[in-house]
Amino acid sequence: MIEWLAWLGRVALTTLAALGRSAMFLAQTLFHMPGREGVHLWARQMHFVGVMSLPIILVSSLFIGMVIALQGYIVLVGFGADEALGQMVALSLLRELAPVVTALLFAGRAGSALTAEIGLMKATEQLTSMEMIGVDPLRRVVAPRLWAGFISLPLLTAIFGVIGIYGGYLVGVDWLGVYSGSFWSNMQSSVNFVDDVLNGMAKSVVFGLVVTWIAVFQGYDLVPTSEGISRATTRTVVYGSLAVLGLDFILTALMFGEF
Amino acid sequence: MTDSTLVRVEDLHFTRAGRAIFSGVDLEIPRGRITAIMGPSGTGKTTLLKLIGGQLVPDRGRVSIADEDVHRLSRRALFDMRRRMGMLFQSGALFSDLSVFENVAFPLRVHTDLPERMIRDLVLIKLQAVGLRGARDLSPAELSGGMTRRVALARAIALDPELIMYDEPFVGQDPISMGVLVKLIRELNHAFRMTAVVVSHDIKETLSIADYVYVISDGRVMAHGTPTSLDTEVDARVSQFIHGQPDGPVPFHYPAADFASDILGTREVP
Amino acid sequence: MTRTKWVECGVGVFVLAGFLGLVFLGLQVSGLNLSRANDTFTLHASFSNIGGLKERSRVTVAGVTVGHVTDIELDPKWLDGRVTMQIDESMKDKLSSDSTAAILTSGLLGEQYVGLSTGGAPETLEDGDTIRDTQSALVLENLIQQFVSNMSK
Repeated sequence: MIEWLAWLGRVALTTLAALGRSAMFLAQTLFHMPGREGVHLWARQMHFVGVMSLPIILVSSLFIGMVIALQGYIVLVGFGADEALGQMVALSLLRELAPVVTALLFAGRAGSALTAEIGLMKATEQLTSMEMIGVDPLRRVVAPRLWAGFISLPLLTAIFGVIGIYGGYLVGVDWLGVYSGSFWSNMQSSVNFVDDVLNGMAKSVVFGLVVTWIAVFQGYDLVPTSEGISRATTRTVVYGSLAVLGLDFILTALMFGEF
Repeated sequence: MTDSTLVRVEDLHFTRAGRAIFSGVDLEIPRGRITAIMGPSGTGKTTLLKLIGGQLVPDRGRVSIADEDVHRLSRRALFDMRRRMGMLFQSGALFSDLSVFENVAFPLRVHTDLPERMIRDLVLIKLQAVGLRGARDLSPAELSGGMTRRVALARAIALDPELIMYDEPFVGQDPISMGVLVKLIRELNHAFRMTAVVVSHDIKETLSIADYVYVISDGRVMAHGTPTSLDTEVDARVSQFIHGQPDGPVPFHYPAADFASDILGTREVP
Repeated sequence: MTRTKWVECGVGVFVLAGFLGLVFLGLQVSGLNLSRANDTFTLHASFSNIGGLKERSRVTVAGVTVGHVTDIELDPKWLDGRVTMQIDESMKDKLSSDSTAAILTSGLLGEQYVGLSTGGAPETLEDGDTIRDTQSALVLENLIQQFVSNMSK
């Protein structure tokens, strides 16, 4: 019993310490906006986390849009309401699927790569040597990556939404024969820019910060061995995905819930 | 001036993960000389360099460089002080996303406002000194281990530091690159009067270049002196280390029960 | 140097694509009309039952969208649902003062919207006017109740 209590206490203390370290880390990093010389560094990271994530985002958004249209059509046609397909595709994509799925894919694709990259720099003493040269690695290595992830995810989410709706259009209109005019007009009358589009974007801004934060912190804080790197990479994906799903519930309750 | 002390370590205590790494180390590193710090693996020689560089904070005692206490400096003053120090890491620690040229130019770009032409000239001079001017456009991944260390050396001396610290410079090098590194360390010291600290357990190479040697073991300075005086040292532990004998005060066997009883005794089913 | 240029071009295209995506979501998907705020005028209408009408519901004339609902409140005096609508400026001199407003449903399960139909009076509705002649929303339960009571007679 005492053993068990001690174990619980130890877990609580280490968790608390890690949370505190990561909060300090975020505070020290976030205020290093890319400066004059930092623009190139930042652009390189945008390329790494944003542009390189585009293929997986494009392909998965197209398929997800197509699947929603297909499933939605099967349900809606039973009520004779297949005209409402556009609104169903757009709302489910913009409110939930685009921000959440993009963030999950981002955690898997870009987050794990960020962790591994920073971890490798730590393991090969690059971060230490940077410090010895008199350059703060938080500023030079971590801050551009954090900002790049933070900015890339909302952009990826917007692209996901557009391509997903296009996929829904392909299946709904071109294949299943829903009238294209009612597809768009039903969508337009039910989608509200502030409530649906901007709220979805706000979600992805939060997810972008949290996922990138987890990724760079796991990389910076890991044990610099090959085992440590692989563990930290796994942790990035697991914690990142769980954080996205949990936060999504909270944000949805705040944005769409009626209290 | 040449013989005054640049780095002074007094009564240094340091504990990591409950294990005492240093318990009362005193060192003096004279200006313009090569000082070697030697000892068996796991005695925290790299940790000592990190303490001198201000990356770790000791539990007790002080480290001063040119009469300034390293661990009392503000973060900014510490970063300023590090401009006057160079450090060569065991793995080289080149920035993998920059070319060889940009790696050497990195400290110059960060700390100076020199025009691009002058940076180019300075980088080429440093690369020429380590014999790798022709490799300037390669990326670190394309270099061999010895070349990596030489580029790292060129980067460490880019700002002409007063003090340069070598962390295990000879580990894992073939005889030729080992010879090249020995020659470079000696030349840098002689030509620029750079103070050097070499942390190593490669006895032959280290003794051949060092002016003064400290042997550290069990968290203390076990012996110190010039290479010739250490060679004739009578202390059994020192002579075991210097002459590389497999058994002696540092036993060959990890502590275990008696061999015969372990083999012949009752076998425990796991 | 060329590689750096390529990387930066790629990032530029990516950022542009993201913003264009957002614009597309705004204009095509949510039907945002940027010029709408400038040239509209306000009409009111009171209904004894507004059914499922919401803010932002469409307002149509002959099925064509000409505006949207901006506000719904309970009239404290008559206990009516008072609906405020923004109508396109182009309709300003087209709607007669005896126009009627009805709450209609698009399809069986679709959204509810306001349908306006014009009358014959020479005067036209001005900014801030109220439509008197209204027809409330059809509430399905009431309809069924009537149907059932007619059957049982």
